[in-house]
Amino acid sequence: MEELISRIVVGMSYGSVYALLAVGLVLTYKTSGVFNLAYGAQAFVSGAIYYDLRVRHDLPIPVALLVAVFIVAPLLGLVLDRGLFRYLRNATAIAKLVTSLALLVAIPQILKLWFGQNPAAGTQGIVPRGDTSYNPFGDVFVSRNDLATILVTLLVVIALTVLFRYSALGLQMRAVVESARLTELAGINADRVSTASWVLCSFLAGLAGVLLAPLFAAVSDLNYTTLVVVAISAAAVASLSSIPIALAGGLGLGVLQQILDRYLPTGSVLASNIRPALPFIALFLVLIFSPALRGRRELADPLAGVDPPPPALASTVRSAALTNATRIFGVVVGLLAAYYIFFHASGQWLDIAIRATILSVIFLSITVITGMAGQISLCQATFAGIGGCATAQLATRFGMSVLVAMLIAAALSALIGALLAVPALRLGGIFLSLATFAFALFFDNVMARFDWVGGGVVPEDAPRPTIGFINFDQSDKAFLVLCLLILLVVAVLVLAVRSGTTGRYLDALRGSETAAASIGINAARARITSFALAAAIAGVGGAMLTIYERAANYDPNFVYFQGLIWVVLVVSLGSRSVEGAIQAAAGLFVFQAVILNQVVPWLADHVQPWYHMGQPPQTLAIILLSLGAFTYAKHPEGILEFNKRKSLEAIQRLIDRRSSKGGATSAGGGTLDGSETVGLPAAAGGPAS
Amino acid sequence: MSGLLSAQSVTKKFAGITALDSVSLDVGDGEVVGLIGPNGAGKTTFFNCLLGLLKLDGGSVTFDGRDLAGVPTHKRARLGIGRTFQRIELFSGMSPRDHFLVAERVRNGRGALWKDLLFLGRPSSDENARADAMLELLGLQPAADRPIESLSLGVGRLVEIGRALMTEPKLVLLDEPSSGLDRHETEVLTEQLRTVQRERGFAVLLVEHDVEFVRSLVERVFVLDFGTLIASGTTAEVFADSAVRKAYLGDMV
Repeated sequence: MEELISRIVVGMSYGSVYALLAVGLVLTYKTSGVFNLAYGAQAFVSGAIYYDLRVRHDLPIPVALLVAVFIVAPLLGLVLDRGLFRYLRNATAIAKLVTSLALLVAIPQILKLWFGQNPAAGTQGIVPRGDTSYNPFGDVFVSRNDLATILVTLLVVIALTVLFRYSALGLQMRAVVESARLTELAGINADRVSTASWVLCSFLAGLAGVLLAPLFAAVSDLNYTTLVVVAISAAAVASLSSIPIALAGGLGLGVLQQILDRYLPTGSVLASNIRPALPFIALFLVLIFSPALRGRRELADPLAGVDPPPPALASTVRSAALTNATRIFGVVVGLLAAYYIFFHASGQWLDIAIRATILSVIFLSITVITGMAGQISLCQATFAGIGGCATAQLATRFGMSVLVAMLIAAALSALIGALLAVPALRLGGIFLSLATFAFALFFDNVMARFDWVGGGVVPEDAPRPTIGFINFDQSDKAFLVLCLLILLVVAVLVLAVRSGTTGRYLDALRGSETAAASIGINAARARITSFALAAAIAGVGGAMLTIYERAANYDPNFVYFQGLIWVVLVVSLGSRSVEGAIQAAAGLFVFQAVILNQVVPWLADHVQPWYHMGQPPQTLAIILLSLGAFTYAKHPEGILEFNKRKSLEAIQRLIDRRSSKGGATSAGGGTLDGSETVGLPAAAGGPAS
Repeated sequence: MSGLLSAQSVTKKFAGITALDSVSLDVGDGEVVGLIGPNGAGKTTFFNCLLGLLKLDGGSVTFDGRDLAGVPTHKRARLGIGRTFQRIELFSGMSPRDHFLVAERVRNGRGALWKDLLFLGRPSSDENARADAMLELLGLQPAADRPIESLSLGVGRLVEIGRALMTEPKLVLLDEPSSGLDRHETEVLTEQLRTVQRERGFAVLLVEHDVEFVRSLVERVFVLDFGTLIASGTTAEVFADSAVRKAYLGDMV
């Protein structure tokens, strides 16, 4: 009994921090419409700074607390609002999600440049001698840290209640979420209100970050990401709208976690795998079974109608001649690159070319799920991992040819994708993204550790195939050709699906879901199809990567973090087109290579003393590329696509001008400024078709 | 009455407010019926109940001799109920022709993923011909291939009607088709609707504010007020009814 009570008390202390984070998440969502996935990263910033000041520099508690929670955290909120989210207020929910995703990826990496790559051990709480325990009721032990955490949470909750119930600012914050534009029409400076809410929420994140620190053995960004998942489930219980329920949800989950941790059997492999994964399972179950979330859609801005329509794809603004010209240009550039790689380049560039080709295949799965179906899936890396592991397992255990194994693995991925989609697709936009996020974390932590999935400690082998007299084990160049062929097949299939029934139904669903249902389109079926297709494509890509590396290295190739980076990259560069996916993959590797060969030596010479360099090329590439995602809200079609359209329009104008000067008839058929105007067709007898 | 659509004592409550109180209504084959009532009378709620977007708290809806309880929205569409929207809902980024082609593909049910993968998913010449016929019927050829965002509201309404008709519905529900249109546009729309309806012979349930518009199109009218049916009958009878004049028309007529 005492055991249970003390578990509950410890759970309350965890639960308080979860509750604080959950309340902050709900608040951010309520006052800025942003589901801030980067909230854990914000908490990590304050946690790390507090640790640095308190432990490494041995400053007194009040000073460290003042700097980490009362100065840095609000400042971070101010910067994020002024520099970023202010411009996203009228953007779509997906655009906001992508931006926060980019922050989730970028913030810890930036901080690590200064803090060091490795987690730091020996954390301290906000009260002196925090480990000291009291035992007022027999054998129940309560530490001073636990008490402090519970007390601070209580104070914050009271303060927030007062703010929202009795102050004008609280009311204005609620109005801004509904529609920033309407609030401004009512004479309120929406910018100032949203800044206030960001500063407040960031402060809460900082507070939670510092309170969390003593609960961990070490300060690391992964700990924070994991624990924020629990806070996300608490926020999801509250449907992202009720602060009291979020609070109760956070406390409840904290207690539940402690009790389960104590009473789950210790012997079985399943239980020991499940234990660390409880937060992800909780999130997944909450999302799937919470009745309030079912079929819920994002708030629609009543003034959304004033927004301009989404921009057209580059391919729609060019004439036939220009289309041919760009195609020829693309082919020539591709051939030149191929010539260089096959006959002149070093092994490093060959490696880059193969990896970029494989990644292009995986990225095409994001083209399908995000570009065509309009959903953000955060578990494409997991599907790639399923493909990779299944290929290796089939090849090792059954001696199957890896190419056959690859096809079976793709089918398996598709099946799992469809099974995941059935419950998840009842959820709207961001909740679907969260469910895929939970699935990815769950797979990483539970499934991938089984022998029959990830291969246990040593990953399963996957030999390179031999076709006829070509032995791909001998020649990386031959393997590159094989990869290019597979990429070609997948790309052509994606194009076929896009122009076929599935693509058109998905276009219609993206345009208007209610209207699509009104003509009989089954939204769930179309989306499940797209999910399964995307999972299969990712599975093929994962299998190729496994075959290339001759083993299924689940970590680091397919962990959730990879998936996040991939989504951010593809979406910000251009998820609508096949070229976009290929360019994103090629760009990532070329960028990394350039940084590795050029920038890092320079940094090592000039900047080295200033920061700790663990794995700088990846870190730098990740930071820079994820920051690129900030352009997404402005150019949801992708920056590459945007620039392509701009330059094509410019070329087209040039052609038009020259041809009209020459007295010839205009060659600009089908460009933006079509000559005829269309109103209500009063004259029904137009040109008969 | 050869009721195509028959709603029996449909009741819908929202947290204590009875939005629809035992509303019964029927539409015969090929008949044009109006449903009018002041704002907040429950017209749109009734619409959503018919389409399965809201669950009934009482009563039943049968269509073509089939009870619609538990039939999801998209299946109701395939049974032959088409609709348009008060605030138009079009597929952004697609042209009117694309709208019609998508609807045609849903109707003929020829779409399948394996066909897409074998490049058999593109519109066939047969489908293109049907879309062209609909464009011509509605006089939309000049706008056929322009993105929908560049077209006016009136054209958008026609595209919605055409999209609904492509699925060959037995009944079309029109939700305030004249809202947002000026007098001239409304007249053109009335004319188009009447012509198309005569040619195709589908039944219509029209929810409308514009009394002139209703009078010029429908044969029978149902009047809703505060969730109850206060009158029904031929157009002439209903507009002569004093309760209707009081609740809805004021002293306008």
